[in-house]
Amino acid sequence: MPLTPIEVEHIALLAHLQLEEAELAKYRRQLESILEYADRLRRVDTSLISPTTTVLPLRSVVRDDKIGESLLCDDALANAVERERNMFRIPPVFE
Amino acid sequence: MDPLDLSLSQTADALREGALSSRSLTETYARRAEKLDPILHAFLQLEVENALREAAAADERWAVSRKSGNAPGALNGIPIAVKDVLCVRGFRCTAGSRILEGFQPPYTATPVDRLQKSGALILGKTNTDEFAMGSSTENSAYGPTHNPWDVTRVPGGSSGGSAAAVAARMIPAALGSDTGGSIRQPAAYCGVVGLKPSYGRVSRYGLVAFGSSLDCVGTLTRTVEDAAFLLEIMAGYDECDSTSMPSPVPAYRKALLDGPDLRGVRIGIPKEYFLPGIQPDVDRLVREAFGKLQSLGAQLQEISLPSTEFALPVYYLIAPAEASANLARYDGVRFGVRREGDGLWETYNQTRGKGFGSEVKRRIMLGTYALSAGYYDAYYGQAQKVRTLIKAEFEKAFQEVDVIASPVTPATAFRLGEKVDDPLSMYMEDLLTLPASLAGIPGLSVPCGRDSIGLPVGLQLCGPFLGEEKILKVGWAFQQVTRWHLEAPNL
Repeated sequence: MPLTPIEVEHIALLAHLQLEEAELAKYRRQLESILEYADRLRRVDTSLISPTTTVLPLRSVVRDDKIGESLLCDDALANAVERERNMFRIPPVFE
Repeated sequence: MDPLDLSLSQTADALREGALSSRSLTETYARRAEKLDPILHAFLQLEVENALREAAAADERWAVSRKSGNAPGALNGIPIAVKDVLCVRGFRCTAGSRILEGFQPPYTATPVDRLQKSGALILGKTNTDEFAMGSSTENSAYGPTHNPWDVTRVPGGSSGGSAAAVAARMIPAALGSDTGGSIRQPAAYCGVVGLKPSYGRVSRYGLVAFGSSLDCVGTLTRTVEDAAFLLEIMAGYDECDSTSMPSPVPAYRKALLDGPDLRGVRIGIPKEYFLPGIQPDVDRLVREAFGKLQSLGAQLQEISLPSTEFALPVYYLIAPAEASANLARYDGVRFGVRREGDGLWETYNQTRGKGFGSEVKRRIMLGTYALSAGYYDAYYGQAQKVRTLIKAEFEKAFQEVDVIASPVTPATAFRLGEKVDDPLSMYMEDLLTLPASLAGIPGLSVPCGRDSIGLPVGLQLCGPFLGEEKILKVGWAFQQVTRWHLEAPNL
């Protein structure tokens, strides 16, 4: 499965990864060989098979909508890179 | 009595009988861990002073209980180690990644919490491949762990720090996580017991998410009895994890009291697990182990799991796809390390591009591709369908046999650096552990010998969904008639 450099850059963009030129070239080669290996799955006839999304017999587990204990604000913000009052501070979204 | 020679279960007995104090036990392990860690680098964090304080408190509880007659928790005063992908309040949690450097989790993972409530104390956090992605611990951003049997070789991974620490007797037992073999494979490479329970048997709350439909928390111990001991405490429903099974937790250790009698136990040997490239020593030692099981009364029969060859491509589409979604949270806002760029989007891209290591980025790229428009059905969708076939083949096999036995890995531990530039060859190390992960069934790795240069070999025992008792029974029977688990590397 050959990948073009543009395709690889597009994947990096979707994944929010800033990659160096050398990395893009390396991943292009490696993804190609992994995808080529994965192509053997196409040999399997799955026309009548449903996908497995979970191995569990459980479906749509719900709980009562009760108010319980939650993280304290200071705990939740303790690892913030930047904090302002009770908020996470981020670089501007709009210029 | 040297406390280092005792299994976890024997240690618990010695503490209860007063033959040993938690303080001296913890001190002995802590000093050994401090002495060996510069050679092995099994730990990312050791908190000796804190552990010794907790040990003194545990000794107090023993003293009180002897007067009152109320027994403390089953693990009271026993030090354990925790893979650095499980959150423990008071400890950093890095998942072996730069992007989480210095992260202090605000809560403790449920399985760890249950062990602590039972009296266990945490001596430290063990090394791991970054975000548990790897089979050698070489992908840790903090440097690799070395195999205690040969320090030029890898301990396996991703729970390589936990496996090496248990093998080198730096700790009686450690927790690990297994998404595609990350407990069983390092257990085999390091000559210890590794248990991956059924998916959903142990809560994932507080485990750093990798592949959420596959991730399992389990144990690395010296004996199968110890694995049963810890599982009994950790397993069971947790309201914080909607994928934890509400089924009752059996008394796993009790199932082991019968002694090494395997009469009536049917064991299947999947012919597809003996690949043409298998290392001859591994082939020989695993077959000798089958012979031992037979001599204990087990009935052996060859079985076929024809879709085994597809487990590797299925896994390396599903796990990276899930990982690419799970790792979207590392954006340098709420936790971790931020690399400031021009505006918010550039900040995301820089933070992630610089913060993640090579293997993690490779898997995010692969997963993003497999989920992207136009490729979803061909890759992710098809992989999920073939996963159904793999699971169905196990279900059919378990109508005929109780346990499936095989090698854990096709070869023994490889050299550090040998496979770092060849991801596909590294992924091949997981060939025999991936199918059970995809099917969600339990798997156990038990040491069954050493190859011609002294490296440990592992026997894998897989059971039906929630059939942990069956594999524990067979594994413990094997250990009662073998001595591999009693040997320690020369360090």
